[in-house]
Amino acid sequence: MGERDRIRWHCRRGMLELDLLLQAFLDRHFEHLSAQELAILTELLEYPDNDLLDLVTRRAEPCEERLSLLLNLIRES
Amino acid sequence: MGLTRRTFDAVIVGGGGAGLRAALELARADLKVAVLSKVFPTRSHTVAAQGGVAAALGNSEEDNWHWHMYDTVKGSDYLGDQDAIEFMCRAAPEVVYELEHFGMPFDRLSDGRIYQRPFGGHMQAYGMNPVQRACAAADRTGHAMLHTLYQANVKAHTQFFVEWMALDLIRDREGDVLGVVAMEIETGEVMIFQARATLLATGGAARIFASSTNAFINTGDGLGMVARAGVPLQDMEFFQFHPTGVYGAGVLITEGVRGEGGYLLNKNGERFMERYAPNAKDLASRDVVSRAMATEIKEGRGAGKDGDYILLKLDHLGADVINKRLPGIREISIKFANADPIKEPIPVVPTAHYMMGGIPSNYRGQVVAPRGGNPEEVVRGLHAAGECACVSVHGANRLGCNSLLDLLVFGRAAARQIIDDLRSSPQARKDLPPDAGEMTLARLARLDSQKNGERVADVSAEMRRIMQHHCGVFRFPDLLVEGVKKIKETAARAARTEIQDKSKTFNTARVEALEFDNLVETAVASLISAEARKESRGSHDRADFPKRDDANWLKHTLYYKEGHRLEYKPVHTKPLTVEPFAPKARVY
Ligand SMILES: Cc1cc2nc3c(=O)[nH]c(=O)nc-3n(C[C@H](O)[C@H](O)[C@H](O)COP(=O)(O)OP(=O)(O)OC[C@H]3O[C@@H](n4cnc5c(N)ncnc54)[C@H](O)[C@@H]3O)c2cc1C
Repeated sequence: MGERDRIRWHCRRGMLELDLLLQAFLDRHFEHLSAQELAILTELLEYPDNDLLDLVTRRAEPCEERLSLLLNLIRES
Repeated sequence: MGLTRRTFDAVIVGGGGAGLRAALELARADLKVAVLSKVFPTRSHTVAAQGGVAAALGNSEEDNWHWHMYDTVKGSDYLGDQDAIEFMCRAAPEVVYELEHFGMPFDRLSDGRIYQRPFGGHMQAYGMNPVQRACAAADRTGHAMLHTLYQANVKAHTQFFVEWMALDLIRDREGDVLGVVAMEIETGEVMIFQARATLLATGGAARIFASSTNAFINTGDGLGMVARAGVPLQDMEFFQFHPTGVYGAGVLITEGVRGEGGYLLNKNGERFMERYAPNAKDLASRDVVSRAMATEIKEGRGAGKDGDYILLKLDHLGADVINKRLPGIREISIKFANADPIKEPIPVVPTAHYMMGGIPSNYRGQVVAPRGGNPEEVVRGLHAAGECACVSVHGANRLGCNSLLDLLVFGRAAARQIIDDLRSSPQARKDLPPDAGEMTLARLARLDSQKNGERVADVSAEMRRIMQHHCGVFRFPDLLVEGVKKIKETAARAARTEIQDKSKTFNTARVEALEFDNLVETAVASLISAEARKESRGSHDRADFPKRDDANWLKHTLYYKEGHRLEYKPVHTKPLTVEPFAPKARVY
């Protein structure tokens, strides 16, 4: 459980836009994420806020294809 | 007493712009500094600042600190302390150049000097015409500032305690502050951080409103800590509403949109700002535009099925300008307003944005409170800087870009004062009072053992609704009186919050309950202070007292948690070296 709770806290960001998008994503998908998806989410949460916002609002695409699936879940939440 | 204790020369609560600037100064003076932050420092709310940092460098056009000072005093609606404002505007170029030397990637002119852009309320020649005074790093000024300061701190060996939440101040019987009690979010461990100097840099609290531009993290923790420790809060009736928050979401649409030629419409398609501010129109100062929008909505000219928002039109600018000069706006608008600004207007409302009030401090960053007849006796050991502090340079209304400046100037000033204090009285640290930490442990125990209590989310939603409805852009006497009653009831409910999850590790429910304690303190202070101030000034706008009243109200409010008591203290109308600016009518 600890790891999931850590990730949840890391969804607290410095920008309201991200708080809102990540909150909606957590509400819809968090319970059902696989271990692999959680690992990718953890990686995405390491991005600086501005870069993450660009990714989530489709102003930028991830440099690595494997991040896309989860990113799309966030984008569509 | 079982709590583990660690000792430092200085402990800083907050790793945003203000906390990091202060920490750097202290670490470079070879002091042992701890910085506590609820989140990784570069994810502090400062990261959201896009516009820039104000400083009269005069790189593109003639400018000087006297003009900047005049604009700030006028912008504050004369409630700002003129000694502090002079101090800030004079120091501005120096702190900006310093930041440049630390590595801040400012935008540059072709000759290599820092590029500056115009920003609302910043003028040449004592209010004559707009001046380019804002120094920016693209649309990521706050982000760049945090990263620059964080890297410099790492080099200077500042010790970071990331994901630690400070809960309470430790104050002894003489009123001296000896450190903080904090909880590690990961483990739930509670520890005492003892220090000869404690600096609060916990940022703003606009999350007390239903409609807010602030990130979830802005919960006024420093304010709650101070109020619980018996120190008053100053000028809490003054919250700035940004004119263009996205309806329903709060997300900020930058002033730059109006700068590029976007404008506001009511439901009849009328460009109403022409009636309220014939010269500056949509670019008048924030309080003026917000008030005009609220008036349109109140008088039945709001758009939408409930008539409760205003339209921000920019489709006439064309896809090219929108995409190139307003990066991100289209994406934000589609995502949060479900409106593509290339085709249709964005629904917006005035949205709570910035807290002008806060922890009463002087321009050296020392926290001050009335004692023994002196309205501003230093609270020994306690310092504050950044949005949580009320110095007061922003008075009743802050100018854009003056906040990032405030962080740099007063973060540094607070640290310098601490260095002086520690060097001039190198005596051994005081002993902790025998009951240190007990109040905090009692609060935590109460939360863990609460039965049949209230859900944090419910009480918190109620608080935000009350603030929005009773203490918003427009304030009505009957609503204020009723609001005071309701917010006190809400505060009583907040004392009985219950959490289901009692686990220790990364218990976000517990963190949110503790944050909510601080939000509620802030909300009660704001509503009570607002109800009492019988005039309109800056962001505080009362229907029954529509005018500023300098004869009776040119004074700062002080709110005490105990008995919800109010006191007042004089505004510093005398600058440090120049002639005072006497109050005048504010026209834009
Ligand atoms: C969308 C937006 C745009 C803005 N744009 C501009 C701009 O262009 N120019 C400008 O001048 N101003 C701007 N502002 C205002 C400005 O960004 C803020 O006033 C400023 O960043 C506040 O900085 P700070 O250091 O005081 O606090 P923050 O950056 O909010 O940092 C607070 C820190 O305190 C920590 N903290 C809080 N409570 C605790 C606790 N209990 N225990 C441990 N740590 C704690 C947090 O983790 C964080 O590290 C903007 C504000 C918003 C909302």
